[in-house]
Amino acid sequence: MIVFGVLHFLPGSPARAMLGVRATPGAIAAFNKANGYNRALPMQYLLYIDRLVHGNLGFSYHMDQSVGSLLMLDLPKTALLVGIAYVLAILIAIPVGLAQALKRNKPLDHGFTVFAFIGYSMPMFWLAMLLIVLFAVQTHVLPPQAGTAASSVGAVFHNPKVLVLPIATLTIVTVAQFSRFMRTAAIDNLLQDYIRTAKAKGLSQRQLVMRHLLRNSLLPIVTLIGLSLPAVISGAIVVEAVFNYPGMGWLFWQAASTHDYPVLMGFTIVVAVATVVGNLLADIVYAILDPRIRYSRA
Amino acid sequence: MSSHGMLDLGDNLLTPGTVTSTLPTEDPSSAAGPRNRRAALRELLHNHLGLIGLSIIVLMVLFSFVGPLVYHTNQVTTNLTQVNLPPSGKFPLGTDQVGYDVLGRLMVAGQSSLEVGLAAAVIAAGIGTLWGAVSAFAGGWVDSVMMRIVDALIAIPTVLLVLLLATIVTPSVLTMIYVLGFVSWIITARVVRGEVLVLRTLDYVSASRVAGERPVRIVLRHVVRNVIGIVAVQATFEVANAILLLATLSFLGLGPPPPAVNWGGMLTTGLNYIFDGYWWQIYPAGLCIVLTVVAFNLLGDATRDALDVRLRQD
Repeated sequence: MIVFGVLHFLPGSPARAMLGVRATPGAIAAFNKANGYNRALPMQYLLYIDRLVHGNLGFSYHMDQSVGSLLMLDLPKTALLVGIAYVLAILIAIPVGLAQALKRNKPLDHGFTVFAFIGYSMPMFWLAMLLIVLFAVQTHVLPPQAGTAASSVGAVFHNPKVLVLPIATLTIVTVAQFSRFMRTAAIDNLLQDYIRTAKAKGLSQRQLVMRHLLRNSLLPIVTLIGLSLPAVISGAIVVEAVFNYPGMGWLFWQAASTHDYPVLMGFTIVVAVATVVGNLLADIVYAILDPRIRYSRA
Repeated sequence: MSSHGMLDLGDNLLTPGTVTSTLPTEDPSSAAGPRNRRAALRELLHNHLGLIGLSIIVLMVLFSFVGPLVYHTNQVTTNLTQVNLPPSGKFPLGTDQVGYDVLGRLMVAGQSSLEVGLAAAVIAAGIGTLWGAVSAFAGGWVDSVMMRIVDALIAIPTVLLVLLLATIVTPSVLTMIYVLGFVSWIITARVVRGEVLVLRTLDYVSASRVAGERPVRIVLRHVVRNVIGIVAVQATFEVANAILLLATLSFLGLGPPPPAVNWGGMLTTGLNYIFDGYWWQIYPAGLCIVLTVVAFNLLGDATRDALDVRLRQD
């Protein structure tokens, strides 16, 4: 937060950006005064924080709207995109990782390892381009752009096809990461004594996996899900830019191109808060999954 | 980041890009040192995937830097009479929207992609090592403040941070190096801090402190020597990340402007022709990025395994 308080004030003045390069010094001074930009930087920062705790994220002069209302409009769309991609990625990565661990060093394992390696070595926008070529240009199955078809969450539900390619892109990259962790976690657990005990007492493979291996291997994944939120949001910015999906990431990209600092700050704060909340949730789920973990009440 | 920026996260947990402790419990500057290092080198050469990675990197460097000397193309002036031509005898990979030969362009673009990636990783390794070492040695509130800053930066998506910084600077190859270097040091700092915290308590470090060696000398002689391995491994992963991030930045329109060119920028112009079926503007540059990034990740994994004494037992 502090870092961004500082970053916020580094670059060229908002007055110049707003009033144009030919603005008179008088006009600039008036603008600065009206918006508090003539005060000392620490004062400006305190003012910003003060407004922030009162729920005011600032005002975007480019969009002529408050940052709060812009985010209110776009946040649900991004949440929808990221949420579905997350759920899909987890549902796919867990069985894939488990299967890899159980068939360690067999063709199946190697196959998915290669997939994962390429998955996270690929620029995400290139993957998106390839999907567009395959599904939109060559076969016309899916639309290549979301555009106005995704102007609101309701509009997206009316036309769910626009979501398919963005979600697919985000999911593929996330699965590549998550399945690696799941594989490592499951392999670690397979070497533990309790698995041998369970085998010795005659549990079937199915019972062994479902009852013992899965639950124990999920622990690191839960942490990962909390921690990986920033990475997935990074992905959302790129995906929204490629598919012209008007969510928060797209808004951020536009704001970056037009030097719209209030929007950039607002977005950053929302993401940082989301990350903290994500980690908190991960900790809570962790305690539910593992009875040994108890947070002290003191 | 990551990732991609996407990889930024993967790097501080397990695979790939996990850096585990490689601390020797004895002073490596004693007789055991060179032998261990040679053993690690031998190990690395026996690792097929690592060798493949290294070969791809060498090939890419040759392709980008020696290639233009062998394969002469005009990458300076545009030629509108030969726009968007498909691959042919004269243009092995066709031409782009202003008439540049795509194969020659790949070489020139590779130069800046590799330069930016390597330079950013070196900067990141420098900042990260210093930050981590100072934090661990200082301890107390200095350590707390420095690590809270690291925590805050980890909570911010890398692409977001890069975009923020890119809006502040005037985009050029040099500023891209600074920006990418600045966002890539965080994991190195954490890893180095962890190592140094352990190192401080080891007997041979305590011994040299008792013997009256000055802190600066202890840091240079013992600490730097011991962390250099993991820092190098982490830097290898950061090269991969920086190349990906540079591509992403160029795609988002905040990369270095023309005449500078990198693989990501080539892909971005190719995107305009995605509906025209100009595949030679979409696949080659993408493949170059994927190959190079895979290669650095493979090399990083292999180096890490070679340095990791515990893994060597299997």
